[in-house]
Amino acid sequence: MITTIDPKTYDTTVEVTWCAGCGDYAILKALKLALAELEIAPHQVLLVSGIGCGSKLPDYMNANGYMTIHGRPLAVATGAKLANPELHVIVADGDGDSYGIGGNHFVHTCRRNPNITQIVENNQIYGLTKGQYSPTSDAGFITTTSPDGAIEAAFNPAAIALAAGATFIARSFSGDPKHMAGVIAEGVRHRGYALIDVLQPCVTFNRVNTYAWYRERVYHLEEEEGYDPSDRTAAWHKAQEWGERIPLGVIYRVEGVPTYEDQVKALEDGSPVSRLGELVRAPALEQYESLKERFV
Amino acid sequence: MVGTVVNDMSILIGGDAGQGVESSGGGLCQAFARGGLQVFAMQDYRSRIRGGHNFYQIRLSERTAYSHSSPVHLVLGLTAETVRLHVDNIAEGGAVIYPEQVKVDEEALKERGVQCFAMPLVAIAEEHGSRIMTNTAALAAAAGVCGWPLSYLEGVIRDNFGVKGPQVVESNLAVAKAAYDQAQERHAAAFPYKLKPLETPSRMLINGNQAISLGALAGGCRFVSAYPMTPATSIIEWLSALPRYLGVVTKHAEDEIAAVCMAIGASYAGARAMTATSGGGFSLMAEALGLAGMTEVPLVVVEAQRGGPSTGLPTRTEQGDLLFVINASQGEFPRVVLAPGTVEECFEAGWRAFNLAERYQCPVIILADQFLASSLRSLDMGAIDFSTVSIDRGQFLSAEDLERLEDGYRRFAFTDSGISPRAALGHPKAVYAATSDEHDEYGHITEEITNRRRMMDKRMRKLAAAEEEMRPPKRYGPEQADLTLVCWGSSYGPCREAVDLLNSNGDSANLIHFGDLWPFPEDEAARMLRACRQTVAVEQNYTSQLARLIRMSTGLSVDRTINKYDGRPFSPEDIVAELR
Repeated sequence: MITTIDPKTYDTTVEVTWCAGCGDYAILKALKLALAELEIAPHQVLLVSGIGCGSKLPDYMNANGYMTIHGRPLAVATGAKLANPELHVIVADGDGDSYGIGGNHFVHTCRRNPNITQIVENNQIYGLTKGQYSPTSDAGFITTTSPDGAIEAAFNPAAIALAAGATFIARSFSGDPKHMAGVIAEGVRHRGYALIDVLQPCVTFNRVNTYAWYRERVYHLEEEEGYDPSDRTAAWHKAQEWGERIPLGVIYRVEGVPTYEDQVKALEDGSPVSRLGELVRAPALEQYESLKERFV
Repeated sequence: MVGTVVNDMSILIGGDAGQGVESSGGGLCQAFARGGLQVFAMQDYRSRIRGGHNFYQIRLSERTAYSHSSPVHLVLGLTAETVRLHVDNIAEGGAVIYPEQVKVDEEALKERGVQCFAMPLVAIAEEHGSRIMTNTAALAAAAGVCGWPLSYLEGVIRDNFGVKGPQVVESNLAVAKAAYDQAQERHAAAFPYKLKPLETPSRMLINGNQAISLGALAGGCRFVSAYPMTPATSIIEWLSALPRYLGVVTKHAEDEIAAVCMAIGASYAGARAMTATSGGGFSLMAEALGLAGMTEVPLVVVEAQRGGPSTGLPTRTEQGDLLFVINASQGEFPRVVLAPGTVEECFEAGWRAFNLAERYQCPVIILADQFLASSLRSLDMGAIDFSTVSIDRGQFLSAEDLERLEDGYRRFAFTDSGISPRAALGHPKAVYAATSDEHDEYGHITEEITNRRRMMDKRMRKLAAAEEEMRPPKRYGPEQADLTLVCWGSSYGPCREAVDLLNSNGDSANLIHFGDLWPFPEDEAARMLRACRQTVAVEQNYTSQLARLIRMSTGLSVDRTINKYDGRPFSPEDIVAELR
């Protein structure tokens, strides 16, 4: 039986608390479109988020979700994926969450390559704490914690992900949810870790990086003649591009790299979730008995 | 002249880190355990890979030994430092065996009634094998002076060196034979402490970390994420080395925060998951502990304590984290803290922790320490009894229950017990999202006042339910005594032996040991403590944390405290001396 899934399947009646015009609405919409296109039902997916405005996304979707703590959704997601590789695990968190407090997990997830898709709701500011500079804020950005302008150079997610070994790196923009839905679907289809950095204007606290600011600069890589996202060197150059022109779409993609869980030998005959089910039905205590001989 | 003493002695092997003290000590333990002796072996090592004094102290007897003991009777000194450091702790008539190249103040030793057995251990090793086999010569010499049959050591050599090929095995056997013969010929007659094999079935030699790991495995744990930290590291190492068909997924994470969060994620997905660390790593895990508490995700954390604060004494023992572990993380949520006192209890805690975690949907912490984690004890094979293990996943909605749901799945349903039935993640009728924010019965974020009160009440009610299941403290010794030692966790062994020493000297003593520490078994603890004449809290910390917990929970004060915070475990003799 083929069941088609409507994006409305993912709707809930929960009141959405984002500001009017927030870039997160487009991400919510695009994610529903992508999951419907991929025919992934709500019970087959696990949405993991951290803390921040964007991390409330799982509360606004009819799907399994886990809103964890600040900076840690990738680690929680990795555990869930290793426990049950059949789950479609998608992380949605903000730039502060993923690139700031969770930066260590971000770097290690890139090189680990679990089959997890991460959507970073990147608004270049801390919104829920009301307007402090974030890792992706451009140098000079004036906020309550940087009254003289941010001093550090901005964190470059695409370049860092590429250097750390990510197998899929893309960027999208909340001004174009259809494009975003396509990129998310590609990210979920990709076997391995997929980073989708979404430019997502904070209409309340970021008065610099507005919809208009992005629209003047973004362009689509798929329209760039001759651009080959499997070319690592070309991707490295595109990853540096920021300012006058900002590329959208798939910056880098390499297929066929084994995922982390593909290579875990203990997963070959079942997952920790399925194995526990078997043990509850039929305790296999006799198979431990021989282990005692190791201690003699 | 000391009369002959049979099957009651301690042997200490000491040398520089990197000299193979640990593997030699382990091999010697095997050789004795296979001959039916009861073994308790304590490791003392420094936080360095090369150099610095390490030792391995092996107590041998015919009855179960719950602790190391002082003094020792035979020292295998691979360096002069070993001899110098332990000379004051050698029994009269005892001896030191050392390679003749090592410079030892023999006069000083002889004055103390200690015999010096300088032996050409290096020459024997070089003649029959190679210099690297000097430790084999030392072990065989020890067996020789004690009269322990060489065959047991030969069996251990075959088993442990087998992977290195027959040549290595044969050379080691030749070295062992030569050293054994020489020790027996030249020194055995003068050495009064003897060891004789007993007709008993084989025993296991197991330490606390291994027992916890075995228990967790039997309890259905199939996911372990950890970041290496002494003295907890061997838990993930042991579980990683299991046969693949058992299906235990282990993940050495990028840090302890990732380790605990991976375990929480795995548990959320439906696995039985665990992490293991020491106090420093546990500090990093504190926030995530609250996540498990708030989202009611079962989680098992092993915290093997070491000397603190901060990096402290990284390879040494302490019980300084009790109140921290009971209170760690912001806010209030139910948790369970178990502090096993013996390797048998470590095994049981290993699987019981998962049942408690799933029954009460909360974090369960197994609080061990370096002394318990790495001390080896011999154990009857039957003492690890897999048939006693049960897997109880607590309240779960069946597929039929789920089909009957009309208004959706309320993951955090208000119930009388506070326990909201879980559903396997991935069922179409049980789609839900949990959040670390306060939430309603469905899991949605809310700050609404009535819901907050009800949801806090619901969560905290689980603690009351869990308290019913907590075991009262255990008494050892006579029901009534003049003096009652009060302790928790790994201090059980030394305290139990101290009680035996006191009572055999005509004193009247017993012991109350706390294994289940949180929720604190208030009523039973108060009842037992009120019946005591004089109580002494014996704790491996500075601030008498159990005594404070008892006062906080029952209003009762212990009469005295004995504290040790030098990183070295209490010996029974230490405790008795402190009481004098």
